[in-house]
Amino acid sequence: MLRDLLILYTLFFRMGAVTFGGGYAMLPILRREIIQNHQWMDEETIMDYYALSQGLPGIIAINVSVFIGYRRRGIPGGVAAALGMVSPCIIIISIIAFFLSSFQDNPYVQHALAGISVCVAALILDAVISMWKKGVKDAFGIVVCLVMLCLSVFTDLSPILLVIACALLGIGAKKITGSVRKEGEGK
Amino acid sequence: MIYLQLFWEFLKIGLFAVGGGMATLPFLQDLAESTGWYSQSLITDMIAISESTPGPIGINMATYVGCNVAGFFGGVVATMGEILPSIVIVVLISKSLDRFRGSKLVDSAFYGLRPAVTGLIAAAGISVVQVSMFHMDLYQQTGALLDLFDFKKLIFFVLAFAAIKKFKLHPIVYIACAAVIGIVLAF
Repeated sequence: MLRDLLILYTLFFRMGAVTFGGGYAMLPILRREIIQNHQWMDEETIMDYYALSQGLPGIIAINVSVFIGYRRRGIPGGVAAALGMVSPCIIIISIIAFFLSSFQDNPYVQHALAGISVCVAALILDAVISMWKKGVKDAFGIVVCLVMLCLSVFTDLSPILLVIACALLGIGAKKITGSVRKEGEGK
Repeated sequence: MIYLQLFWEFLKIGLFAVGGGMATLPFLQDLAESTGWYSQSLITDMIAISESTPGPIGINMATYVGCNVAGFFGGVVATMGEILPSIVIVVLISKSLDRFRGSKLVDSAFYGLRPAVTGLIAAAGISVVQVSMFHMDLYQQTGALLDLFDFKKLIFFVLAFAAIKKFKLHPIVYIACAAVIGIVLAF
């Protein structure tokens, strides 16, 4: 048992340490390690875990690791996998945060960070456009997206509240359009 | 008890941020505003660092914020808070996997959630744009509209976005280039 947990931890530790971006970026390594080397589960199961993880709260890569760890060794397995995944992040980011705060007053560091912040804005714009293409499919989606954008910019409402409201709104909207379709079929 | 507060705040983020790493961004901005623990400019540094280091972006961002608020253990506590809901939810779902998979309710909740998350991230992007390319304080002092815009950075923004769209390289490449350009042009 303990040996298995250690294997899970080190496997996900390595994955966290070498994949940039999490999520689908770690799929090739996952495939090689879990399916080919250890033969713990098949490709379909892993793709199911990915699909489910995107529909759950939290970080997608963490959700996938917990699914795999839990399937292998129950709750301790899930915890070992998640801890393995975050350990390298904690080490690397702590070191960077420490160095950055020591060099913050250096003018070169400031210029570099100013340049980077413009680039980050462009990267976010790119992310928003691809999310728009994937997730905003009809008039309902456009209205929800724009209203949320305005509410978030102009009010102090908590994103938690907005997220819950929109989940309920989606359920309500599907109920209404669903019943309309049924009536139409009836005629 | 800053550690407890950090843990609680990130637990909420882990529970309510649906749609992966970038979806935590609106929550992190809300947290900066409501607690005053860190500034908006730290958020752009946070995104840049999280995109250019290994590991899931959402985890990197949590660790970076935690580190800046309360040192190394702050980073650990924030990260643990963020992954705890994932572990609990995935374990619960694993037990009734098939019921969740075909659920109409989950599908229709996402009908509202996807566009909402897009809008929230767009709003977060707007405030990154504001911090990185506009001189709000200078404009308020002089009242001259031309003082509001940082033209050098706006042009760089357009070029950076065009490059991202055209070449589709890993974000780390653009961030590295932006750092060099920031130093050369003394942003």
